[in-house]
This record gives sequence, structure tokens and C-alpha cells, in this order.
Amino acid sequence: MSSLFGARVQRVEDDRLIRGHGAYLDDLGNGALAAAFVRSPYAHARITDIDVSGALDVPGLVAIYSYEDLTGRLAEPLPLLIPHPTLTHGRTPYPLAQTEVNHVGEAIAMVVATDRYAAEDAADLIDVSYEPLPAVVGIEAARAADQLVHDDVPGNLAANSTQEHGDTAAAIAAAPHVLELDLEIERSASTPLEGRGVLAEWDEKAARLRLWTSTQTSTGVRAAVAAKLGLDLSQVDVITPDVGGGFGVKIVHPWPEEVLVPWAARLLGQPVKFTEDRREHFISSAHERAQVHHVTVGYDDDGRMLGLDVRFWHDNGAYVPYGIIVPIVTSTQLLGPYKPPAYRVEFDSLYTNTVLVTPYRGAGRPHGCFVMERTIDAIAAERGLDRALVRERNFIQPDEMPYDHGLIFQDGRPLIYDSGDYPAGLRKLKDLVGWDEFPAAKAAAAAEGRRIGIGLACYVEGTGVGPYEGAHVVVETSGKVKVATGLTTQGQGHQTMLAQVVADELGVPLRDVEVVTGDTRRFSYAVGTFASRTAVMSGSAVALAARKAKEKALRVAADALEVAPADLEITDGVVQVKGDPESGISLGTVAVLSNPLRYAFDEAATAATQFAGGTDMSRPPIADDDEPGIEGRAYFSPVRSTFASGMHAVIVETDPQTAEVTILRYCVVHDCGPLINPRIVEGQIHGGVAQGVGGALYERMAYDETGQLVNASFMDFLMPYASEVPKQIEIDHLETPSPLNPLGIKGVGEAGVIPGAAVLAAAIEDAEGIPIRSMPMSPSDLFELRAACESQAGRR
Amino acid sequence: MSANQGANGAEVHEVRLTVNGAARTANVPARRLLSDCLRHDLRLTGTHVGCEHGVCGACTILLNGAPVRSCLLLAVSADGADITTVEGLADPDGTLSPVQQAFAECHGLQCGFCTPGFLTTITAGLAATPNPDDEQARDMIGGNLCRCTGYQNILAAVHRAAEITRERAAEPGGRS
Repeated sequence: MSSLFGARVQRVEDDRLIRGHGAYLDDLGNGALAAAFVRSPYAHARITDIDVSGALDVPGLVAIYSYEDLTGRLAEPLPLLIPHPTLTHGRTPYPLAQTEVNHVGEAIAMVVATDRYAAEDAADLIDVSYEPLPAVVGIEAARAADQLVHDDVPGNLAANSTQEHGDTAAAIAAAPHVLELDLEIERSASTPLEGRGVLAEWDEKAARLRLWTSTQTSTGVRAAVAAKLGLDLSQVDVITPDVGGGFGVKIVHPWPEEVLVPWAARLLGQPVKFTEDRREHFISSAHERAQVHHVTVGYDDDGRMLGLDVRFWHDNGAYVPYGIIVPIVTSTQLLGPYKPPAYRVEFDSLYTNTVLVTPYRGAGRPHGCFVMERTIDAIAAERGLDRALVRERNFIQPDEMPYDHGLIFQDGRPLIYDSGDYPAGLRKLKDLVGWDEFPAAKAAAAAEGRRIGIGLACYVEGTGVGPYEGAHVVVETSGKVKVATGLTTQGQGHQTMLAQVVADELGVPLRDVEVVTGDTRRFSYAVGTFASRTAVMSGSAVALAARKAKEKALRVAADALEVAPADLEITDGVVQVKGDPESGISLGTVAVLSNPLRYAFDEAATAATQFAGGTDMSRPPIADDDEPGIEGRAYFSPVRSTFASGMHAVIVETDPQTAEVTILRYCVVHDCGPLINPRIVEGQIHGGVAQGVGGALYERMAYDETGQLVNASFMDFLMPYASEVPKQIEIDHLETPSPLNPLGIKGVGEAGVIPGAAVLAAAIEDAEGIPIRSMPMSPSDLFELRAACESQAGRR
Repeated sequence: MSANQGANGAEVHEVRLTVNGAARTANVPARRLLSDCLRHDLRLTGTHVGCEHGVCGACTILLNGAPVRSCLLLAVSADGADITTVEGLADPDGTLSPVQQAFAECHGLQCGFCTPGFLTTITAGLAATPNPDDEQARDMIGGNLCRCTGYQNILAAVHRAAEITRERAAEPGGRS
């Protein structure tokens, strides 16, 4: 029925960006004062003195601020964004450290100067005296709690949380077979190519703050800044410029700089800008992933899980501004496409003297997937069964949908899968990768002295979480359609994808639709961009808003053409009697007619003026229940999340000498319901897979025992280049619609990254014949693991 | 190059550059990075800064035709140089360069932050190797980081750009 939904449309964003005409945060505010920060060199210390005297003569210095300068609510800790009943000891930082610093990189003083060079000069000359305290680094030290991160948090325990359905202990006790596994994942980070940044201008005459910030939620920042600075919401505009990637880290808000920079701009009466540098991003933004898990699983002879118990420990870093969303997601999404009849999960969220931990693309799911898929592979190995077969036997079946897990999901709502066909996905993936033919290939390789292995991993991802998103669609008298939605964009092609939806709904050419995101002046009610939610939430909202605008356009046109609205259609921007192109009037003309005028501003507008005739003089120009204009405003608020799914298979070769892992094939079967733009969906999967490979084989945040991040640069933190990613990512789609939204769609943004660690661990294990229980796996890790296994075998 | 007193009393130096075909002059302190000079003094903000330690490649420009990291050069050391930034890749009439067009056709960018560095790097790479095979294409972009695309479509864009260049050359009155 539709022509643009599902089309591989070229992105409308690109022309600006490839000409160098993008407008990222640091491209704005030329001439603004620059902020730089003094940050803690210690992981844990008491601040005994801050001496700024050495900095005062720096040419270009404008101001220096430390905690004691902060006033009102700015002197309070930053908000705990997502409270939870089990988060009994939530701690958040002050914008500038008060008396204690809890990680290397925590902000202590802000310097404002005429340019960044001068600001950094002055920051270097501020002399902070510290009384170093013992640092708590790593989950083991946090659990031991010999030292505390926060004096008033016993056991370093921010939260202890348990969920269970069924009687897990009894189910495991009664099971014919029981396995226990310890599984570990290390830290990585979102690492967008553009760090954080914020620019603020205070308009004294209008008493109004304008703030540009590289964020994933402009409405969230707006509310937080207004509250912190004691301003009315209507005094604050937040505009998200082009954003150079987010991947989760920019959903956290307000960052200290997001409240301090506007505060300083108001005090100083001049625009102030902060642009984070790369080292600052490593040590003062957020990380993710570090968790340690202990699994106990009971299963039968066929490998069917009977009871699953997962106990895990989550390293939340120094503070928990984003609550315990990451471990909650792990604890629920761990189940993937499977249905253990009894499941118990308990986690501790623990403080350490390291950078705080908040969602990074996947947000707890990669760890959960790793735990579940390693467990299934271990069951298969113990029973001598095909790994794909064991998965199939544990799958939720399509006729069991909707499937209620009896747990509470990250949105506070029941964990109920809406739709999905996991057996069909597995069939597709086995065909794509050649699962059944692989043993022969492996034997042939072995005959040549080569080690190859295959792995498989499945996941289910709750996408499109609420509470809501909204949209506004207006048809201008030119016929152009302007769309606004409040959430933000960081490169996902939202302008294109949302324009496709609107153009289809309204019946206008794509080129006539312009979409704005993340500007509170255009749309002020929104949540933000995270949890693969934009297509589902704002996609649905723009569709509903466009339908309202269309209904209005048909009604106005029906009056003008003296026909029934039901007899009209809109094709290529023209409203016409169905099948009769001769009868048409343009949508722009309909917009003119919808707005009764006293004053004509051009020739077309004359038709709507008061002496133009053709109006029913017995009725008011605008009916009581009507409005001028062809507009639609709508909100979409789903009852629950919708659950996308997928599975990856990878074939690797491991070097017998160097232990280097080479990816030979990488195959993806993905189900996000109907695809709005397959080109964009595939791009999202490509990027996710690359991050999954990076997290599995290369990336790790290397902290030493004193809490120094020793690889805080792109020279030492190994993000994949083109040489590290699979040469080709083979993708097949499955399209199981969601019943929970008007377009039937599911999210895709995070999907590609989720099974990375799980699938590569499985393939390396298959190639090497060594159990893989910890990721990432660098060549030296694998080399040492081989040596450990050989010496163990030798001792036997 | 001559030295003067700047606004903050610091010594500044006059740097003369040819940027995207136009003569430009900037008065900068000796320590001003070329990337900052281009972005903030000359207001050519298309060149992006992703790491300021020469690893990510987002700030890559063409200096006398060769791809270099503008964050690793002092502006004063580029005095007299001929520089092409991303803003100078398209024809004066606005026609996209083959590499730019290929990126748009192949979905070679997502957030677009690293893109200027890829575009300049590949422009120079294709000048040296007009018909790269897969391995040469991967080598060509092997020093630039992208966090969004997984490089799949950037590699496709390298091949497509080579193809567009050939197509344009084959047109009547085609460009060389």
C-alpha cells in the first residue's frame, strides 16, 4: 500500500554532513568563553585545600569556581535519575567535588577563560591538596569491603535485588543434571567519536537561557537545568545540535558541566562553552559492562532447562546517577528466547572508586546474553548434544506468544514478550552460516593444521520502552510538511526514517517533509533516545500525528470540493477525488483554506480572506471544536515494551602460535518487525556488530590497583579499525510484527552489539576445545589460557 | 610569517595559507594547533577533532595534497601550505566529489563526525590508487576510526567512489 515505508531511501541528513556543513557542539559559539576543569588525579581522596593564587595571573582568565562558590540547589548532589526500591544506598556526585573525590577524573574546579588554551593554563596552575584514601578497584575488592568507597555505605552495596518465578531451588534439586559456571565480563565504554559538550547563552533582557548540548535527551537536560538554576521551565530552551555519536553515555544528565556552564554563562553575562577532550571522556564520562556471574542450572537428559539460578555482582563505579538500570536489564534480558520453568536472579550493585557505570549500547544485555548462551553451550557440551538443538528445545514457541516471564522489566512493567518466532530465526541462521555442514569443514581445516570454530548466540531485546513520545505535524501553505518530535538523534538517520513514515501517511513526496528532533522550542514533551526506542516511539507518534493532519486536510478539502471526505485521497501532495487527478487541489491550498484570514500575505492566501466568498455565513469561520491550520499533534504511549530478537553465528580461526583470533564469517538473522528503511537497519546492525567484536576481542578499561585508568587514550584503548571488523556481515531478516504499536515495528539500534561476546566466546571455545568463561579475549589472554589448560592437563 | 602582540599579550604569528583555493591569513600563538586554527580562526568547522593525539583521523586534511592529521601540526608550521579541508572537496558549482557522492549513495556515514577525515583520506588514497582491490581499500581507511558504521559501507563507498570517478571521466567532456 505504501511506497516509502520499507524503501532503501538515501539519507536526507547526509548532504550537509559530507560537505562539512554539520553543526556539532564545538562548531557553535565561536568567540564564547571556554571552560576547562581541574579533575582529581586520585581515585579516592579528601580535598584539604584548593589554592588558586598561582592561576590568577594567567592572561585571559575570567573566573575560577570550586564547590564553595556553588549556590542554591547547585550545591546539592546531582539527581538520582531512576530511583528503585532496592537501591537503598544511592549516591550521586556534586557538580564540583565538596570534600571528597571518588574517582580519577572527578571535577573539582571549573576555570573560565577567553579560550581553551588559557583555561587549561589556569587549570594547570590551580594547586589542590589531597589526603589520599585507599581505593576500591574491581568487584572482588568491592565485595570484600575492607575499604569503603562511601563511608556511609556499608559493604559498598548500593542495591541488592532479587526476582524469581517458580521455585528455583526445588527445580534445581529435582533436576537429573546440575551445572555451575562462573562467568565474567570486563569494562568497555560507549566511546563516541565526539565527546560531551555544552554551550550556554543567557539573554539578560529576555531573562532566558539558551543551551546547546551534545545529549540524548534535551527535555531531560532542560528540566534538570531549570531545577538546578531555579528557573521556570519556560525560561530554558535546550537545543541538541548534530551529535557525533552517543551509544548511551549521553543519556546521563545533567552532567556536571551541563549545569555549571549555564550557571557561569548567567553569572558572567557571556556565552560559555565546554568541549570535552578525549582523556576527559575516558576518565569523567561513563563506562559499562563489568559484571561477575555465578550460574547454577538444572536440566534434563535432552538439555531442557528445569531451573536456572543466577547470582551476579555489578560494578557501578563511584556513583549511580542512572540508578540500577544496567543490572536490572541483565537480570531480565538474560532469559533471551528461552523459558526455564523456574528462574531466580539476585544481584548486588557495588561501588568502586572508578568512573561511573551507565548504559552503553546493549545496556546489560550483552552480559546477560553471554551468561545465558555460555550456559546453554555448557549444557550441550555436558550432554554431548548439538548446540543449536539444545537452543531449539528451550525456545519459547510462536504459539506461546504473548509470553509472560513473571518478572518486572526495566520500565517497571511486566516482562511479557509480545511476539517473535525464534525457531524460524534459528532455521534461517543455520542455513545462512551452514551450521550442519560445519563439522566437515572443521575436520578438513584440522587436517591442514588449522583451528576453526563456530559459535551461535541468541538474544531478545526489549525495545521501545515508554513512557511516551509525541510529535507535531503541520502542513504549511507552501505544501511543505514540518515535523517535530522531542527525542534526539545521534546519527541513526531519524530525519530520513521519520520523514518516510510521515510522507507515506500523508501522501506527500519525501522531499517536502522536514523533521526536527531534540529542540525543546519545537517540541517540549519527550523522554529521550535510548533503549532502541525512536522508531517505535517517535515513529508511531509521527504516524499518529500525520493521520490527524490528514484527516483534517481531507475534511477541509471535502468542504471546498463539496464531496465526502471518504471519497478523497492524497497523492503526491494533491488532494483529489479517488481516481480522478483532474479534481485535485494541492495540500498547500488546503492549508490556506484551513486558516480563515483577515490579511492576505500573498496571492494564494487571498482565497482564505473574508471577502473571498464561498463560506457559509450561518457558521463561525472556525467551528467551536475546531482549530485553524492543517496540523496534528499526537502522543504514543505503549502498554509495554516490544521485544525484538535475533541470533548471530560466527566462524573464527585461531592461530596455533600467536593465539590471534580471525573472524572468517559473521552471520546475522534479525527480527525488528517491518523495516522502515532496510539500508538504515543494516547500518545499525553493522555498527553494533563492530562494537560487539570490539568488546569481545579488544576493548577493556585497564585500571591499576590504585584506580588509575592506564589506557585512557585511543593509542591504548583498542577500538576496532576496519582491519578488526568482519570483512562482510551477512544479514537475513525475519519480520514478526508487534501488536503493540500502529506500525508493528520493533527497535534495532542496540541489536547488533548484544550477542558479540557470547558468540565469539562460543566460536573460540569450539576452535580451541577450551572452556571460555571470561571476555574480552585478547591473543595474550587466549595464549595464557592455553598454557593454563596444558599445565592442568599435564598435572592430571 | 611575522610576530605580533596578541589580545592577551602573548606573541602571535601571522600564518598565510591557501585553504580550499583561497588565500587566508591567521594571527595565532605559536602553540595553536592547525586543527584549532582551521576550526576557530578560519571558521572551517568541517574538520573535526576526535582525540587530539593523532589516532582517530577525524581531523585529517590534505596538506599540499597529502593526508595529514591537523591536530598533530602547529598552525605556524603550515605557513605557506596549500590545504584542502572537507569544505573544499566539492566542485565550486556544488557538485559533490566522487568520494562524497559515494558516501551518500552507500550510507557510508551515520553520525558524520569522523566522516570529514574519511573523505579527505580516501580522496588522497584514490588519487594514488585509483582502482583499489578490497585489501587496498581496507588499507586506505585503516588509520581512521569510526564508531557508528562498522566500516562495511565505508569500504563499499571507496569502491563506489573509484567507479564514479571512472564514470565521470568517461562522460563527454569528462573530468580527469
